[in-house]
Amino acid sequence: MPHTASDIERMLAACGASSLDDLYSDVPEELRLNRPYNLPEACSEMEVRDFFAAMRAKMKPLKCFAGGGFYDHYTPAAINSILSRSEFLTAYTPYQPEISQGTLQYIFEYQTIMSRLTGMDVSNASMYDGATATAEAMMMTVAAARKRNRVLISETVNTAVAQVCATYARYHGVTLEVIPQDGGVTSRAEFEMMVKAGDVAGVIVSQPNMFGIVEDYTGWADTCHAAKALMAMNCQASPLAVLRTPGEWGADIACGDAQSLGMPLNFGGPYLGYICTTKALIRKMPGRIVGATKDAKGNRVFVLTLQAREQHIRREKATSNICSNQGLMALHTAVYCSLMGPEGLRQVNEISAANAHYLVEQLCVTGKMEQAYPDKPYLNEALMRVKPGLTATAIIEAAEKAGILAGVTVADDLLLVCATEMQTRDDIDRYVQLVKSL
Amino acid sequence: MNKELYGTLIFELSRPGRTGFSLPKKQTEGGVESSIPAALRREKTLDLPEVDEPTVVRHYTNSSNNNFGVDTGFYPLGSCTMKYNPKINEEIAADATVARLHPAAPDSTVQGALEIYWTLQRALCEIGGMAEFTLNPFAGAHGELTGLMVIHAYHDSRGDSARTKVIVPDSAHGTNPASAAVCGYKIVEVKSLPDGTVDVDDLRSKLDESVAAVMMTNPNTVGMFERSIPEIAEAVHAAGALLYYDGANLNPMLGVARPGDMGFDVMHINLHKTFSTPHGGGGPGAGPVGVRAGLEEFLPNPRVMRKADGSFEARDTDTALGRISMWLGNYTVLMRALAYIKILGAEGLGMAGKLATLNANYIMHRLKDLYLLPIPGPCKHEFVFDGLIDKSTGVTTLNVAKRLLDFGFHAPTIYFPLLFHESLMIEPTETESPETLDRFIDVMRQIAREAAEEPQTVIDAPHTTPVSHPDDTEAALHPVVTFDEL
Repeated sequence: MPHTASDIERMLAACGASSLDDLYSDVPEELRLNRPYNLPEACSEMEVRDFFAAMRAKMKPLKCFAGGGFYDHYTPAAINSILSRSEFLTAYTPYQPEISQGTLQYIFEYQTIMSRLTGMDVSNASMYDGATATAEAMMMTVAAARKRNRVLISETVNTAVAQVCATYARYHGVTLEVIPQDGGVTSRAEFEMMVKAGDVAGVIVSQPNMFGIVEDYTGWADTCHAAKALMAMNCQASPLAVLRTPGEWGADIACGDAQSLGMPLNFGGPYLGYICTTKALIRKMPGRIVGATKDAKGNRVFVLTLQAREQHIRREKATSNICSNQGLMALHTAVYCSLMGPEGLRQVNEISAANAHYLVEQLCVTGKMEQAYPDKPYLNEALMRVKPGLTATAIIEAAEKAGILAGVTVADDLLLVCATEMQTRDDIDRYVQLVKSL
Repeated sequence: MNKELYGTLIFELSRPGRTGFSLPKKQTEGGVESSIPAALRREKTLDLPEVDEPTVVRHYTNSSNNNFGVDTGFYPLGSCTMKYNPKINEEIAADATVARLHPAAPDSTVQGALEIYWTLQRALCEIGGMAEFTLNPFAGAHGELTGLMVIHAYHDSRGDSARTKVIVPDSAHGTNPASAAVCGYKIVEVKSLPDGTVDVDDLRSKLDESVAAVMMTNPNTVGMFERSIPEIAEAVHAAGALLYYDGANLNPMLGVARPGDMGFDVMHINLHKTFSTPHGGGGPGAGPVGVRAGLEEFLPNPRVMRKADGSFEARDTDTALGRISMWLGNYTVLMRALAYIKILGAEGLGMAGKLATLNANYIMHRLKDLYLLPIPGPCKHEFVFDGLIDKSTGVTTLNVAKRLLDFGFHAPTIYFPLLFHESLMIEPTETESPETLDRFIDVMRQIAREAAEEPQTVIDAPHTTPVSHPDDTEAALHPVVTFDEL
């Protein structure tokens, strides 16, 4: 704060006040704090660094073989350099397009990239995270269906994502029903029966699913559409570079987290939720959208379009209350995808798939684990069944001592393991040796 | 800021075969084709930019030069609290160790990360006068929704399910009614008095057993402190409803008065406003939610708690309203906010609010002879002009806002609140020097003079920005939202 004592005096005089407290004469005395906060005294920058260094000493980063919705991929060095440009970092929502073309342009690039990755027509400017984006997709199907409020969600959708959907559903008045899984994939028979029962606004499935399995959704969109229901697919972003896209499956909405596009794990965030849809549903899509137009000089320029801003959001008629986005993480996504390009993203998925398959095979060789769903295709993540005599928790604990995060515990005998380009063959061998020794 | 438009899109720099990545060689056998049947693989070739790293870096650098941030200049955007974001925050958040922490990592390996979260929770409890906070919500609007879910869960737990309405003032941020609608509530609007504060009689007449909550912003969106708040809190509680504090305008109350002491039951704080985390062009932000004693059990999962042995854990509870995020929110944003609280300390935080109020009052007093001040002060952190006093010139609030861009200032918030036709909402924040304010005042006075003497100069503004008068109507009528549609 730049003010000197004489500045304050001069400014108070201009306001006709004699003290700073005069400016608070409208705050009733009984409401005033009248004491300093019970918080530590001001620190110097050095002391702040020391505090966080002390906290850092109580953290132990592990070689990561865990996924479960959060994937350890490489973050190219150029990204942080671009994201720390204060012209991007310290700007707010691009309300004034005349002086916000930088932000508007990268959002337009982001929208294009997400549309291409998902195979959908359009994307919004981004949402908070994959779970809230999926909950918004759920509400979008209900808003589009008008009178129907039943939504089906597969049991194979990531647990945290499904929990967030359930929370939003409860308070938003959506009847959310679970389509059971069968052998690690969404039960086709149950799905058809539940959709045909009628009154379904939307169906939510995922790809790859919570066990890492790549499901076959051939014909699912037709079944949904015959019942006038919308199909929403929750997909991890990076695998979309190699997997059949929501657009190719005939889905109406693609949603999920873009964290797998090289966003650091950062203990849970910030990441980016995305939502993409068809041209027909663009006006039902929540959140901000950037569109191209021309200015008075005929330049191609970009503006926020279609969607209401904070203060003018549709108030009591709103079907979504989001009025910001993960701006800087949309920039991350645009820069990551530009640096990686189609070849880089292909290689990331190639290496991840090869490493994951090597890991799973080798873990099976130890005789301590087997694949829970050995006949199902998977990309970079698979569910392992821990054989009697050993538990998932015991493996996690032993691995932790060796500096390894062995996976995500799904049940006492179920461990979800994952590999990406971040592990070397030696890392995998070290993990396997450790399991063997247990 | 560069006044020439850069305007190129990354797709236009793409050349087949160019790459900008650096990955290790594949060390294991197999890959996508051997893992995934063809029918489950992508059919259409993925079209992404093919560019080298220097091209990417120059592209975004040039593009950034067409952007205006707080580091570029004064950003008096009302209700957005565009204060300076100290650089130490960025250094702290760019932590290579935190970057590698996976949410599923055993608690024993993330004690420091949980302690940071917990320490910020405790600090916000002290600042808000609340018993407990969750830091999981991602943004202000997300915090509002979470807070309303807490209220819903509270009423549900008492079997009090007939409460279907939420009352909001007509001056409220648009997100208040929107959040309430998403939470399944009907909205009832309460009128404002001529001085911009809530009409307590109107509020009383609308309070009954069908009301779940009343949402208030204090100071409100016209920058006025709701002095009847003790009376309002009493009436709301007597009706069995809860009082919600929209923390968007918390900044001027720092060190002066706490929402908990005002009688609020649930509140959110925008860390990207009051606690100086950068806005990032729209996010990531954070909207922690605080509750008074008795409501803690409803806070969303997972919750960070300190165990009896002094260690920390993140765990789910059965009584929680549910889950509202994948994990613990925008974690590195929380680190920035804690760094800020530590740098300012108890005394500095107390000063921040008062100087924000001083800056706002100073501008208000020095411009109120030319701009129409519908509600006389003293204001708090912000105030609203209803356009120029002289309405005969044809110069609108939009014109004034656009003319400011020519002088290197960001525009104030315009046409909000909806209480006035020509709202021009100015919030300077405490980090602006008197010299910056004086220059802004001089320019505002010059614009008023221009409006009288050469109105067309103002009406045609901006004149010097990289872009002028984009066609918003065309953009909305025929939406072109991807490069492939251009």
